[in-house]
Amino acid sequence: MIPRHQTILFIVLLAASAIMGVLLWNQLRRAHDRLLRGEDSAPTQAPLVAPAEQATLMVANDADNTVQPRILTLPLPQNPEARARAVLGKLLDLYAAPESTHSVPGGASSIAQVFLIPIADAAGRGTPDGSQLAVVNLAGTFVAGHPSGLETESLTVLSICSTLSANLPRVTEVRFLVDGQPRASLAGHADLTRTYLTSEETVAAPGVRP
Amino acid sequence: MWDEEVDRPAFRPLRRTLIALALIVACASVFAQTPPAPPRFVVVLDAAHGGDDSGARLGSENEEAFTLAFGVRLRSLLTARGFAVVTTRESDAGVDPARRADIADHANSQACLSLHAAMSGSGVHLFVSSLAPVQNTSFDARFLPWKTAQAAWVMRSISLAGVVNSALSHANVPVTLGRTALPAIDSMTCPAVAVEIAPDRSSDAQGPASLDDADYQARVADALAAALVEWRSETREDHQP
Repeated sequence: MIPRHQTILFIVLLAASAIMGVLLWNQLRRAHDRLLRGEDSAPTQAPLVAPAEQATLMVANDADNTVQPRILTLPLPQNPEARARAVLGKLLDLYAAPESTHSVPGGASSIAQVFLIPIADAAGRGTPDGSQLAVVNLAGTFVAGHPSGLETESLTVLSICSTLSANLPRVTEVRFLVDGQPRASLAGHADLTRTYLTSEETVAAPGVRP
Repeated sequence: MWDEEVDRPAFRPLRRTLIALALIVACASVFAQTPPAPPRFVVVLDAAHGGDDSGARLGSENEEAFTLAFGVRLRSLLTARGFAVVTTRESDAGVDPARRADIADHANSQACLSLHAAMSGSGVHLFVSSLAPVQNTSFDARFLPWKTAQAAWVMRSISLAGVVNSALSHANVPVTLGRTALPAIDSMTCPAVAVEIAPDRSSDAQGPASLDDADYQARVADALAAALVEWRSETREDHQP
């Protein structure tokens, strides 16, 4: 038999717990409303709609080891680095598509950044023709998922270099980074430590027949 | 008078020297009349990957195992045809690209084949270094920049690729040609071609495309051996006066 005073104490404590729970729930809801009121979700800058322009994508084909030009109309930003990234992103989107002639997973997000750096002479001055070095920073996930093979890796490097050259004529040299770091090869074959010249036969005349 | 002076003990060493010189001259004249033995024709086979670097996945096996097995098969064919064959690896051990080039350069070889395999594409993909050609006479050939040493051999490498292309085409193997940047090849001082073997997906191919097809592997190996025989005869013709 439970004593009477213990029953009363239990009921009082239970009621106090219920009241505290309701109070806490109210406080939580008020704090949430206060945070939402403080956040300004309005855009600080209106999104720019880039005008559609023609871009030349140098699309690789594993079947015949060639890179062929494909002209597409794309919304391209005016900023050269953003433009380079957009063009390469579209190229990698084509490779990630199911019917691709050069199947590589990853898509546009595989191009983390593209930096365009003026090429300086020995005295530190820019060249008269304004030649630029493009540094393409690839995402690590893209490299990890890239199929291994001499042909497929060479075609990926070749198509990136020649697409940059076709759309940004001042780009004469291309280097690659992966997640911001130098890397020995793309997937065990194609050298990523060297500087690729867009005038090289690899880039200028793909699929060359010796 | 002369005999007496020569018989003196002081002249004996001189007499021995004269006799030895006469013998050397006689031997030299005999050897000069026999035709010189043809120089050793050395081929370097570089089975790509190995160790931790397994290369591409080729269905039932990895690229490292395939290239090693194919290299052994090709070495047997070449040895039977009188070639001296140097390999960059004989087991499943990792070999650094610089070490591969080092082995090839010290072998003083007349042809270097870097063996690869892949599942993409069709037939055999032949690659030559993408370095711009440099004439041998434009710099001291004893001192070459390591990562671009192949530049002096690019034209010869293109010629070798042409010979290999002809032999493979003659064997009904589809061939594609291209240029690439491969660290091991770029440091080699010999005519060098990277050979990537992919399944035969041409319409002439019999059965499903696979690298496990023993007949296909034999056809490619025979064609490569025939190409190197042709390359050896071309090289010797070029060196004849």
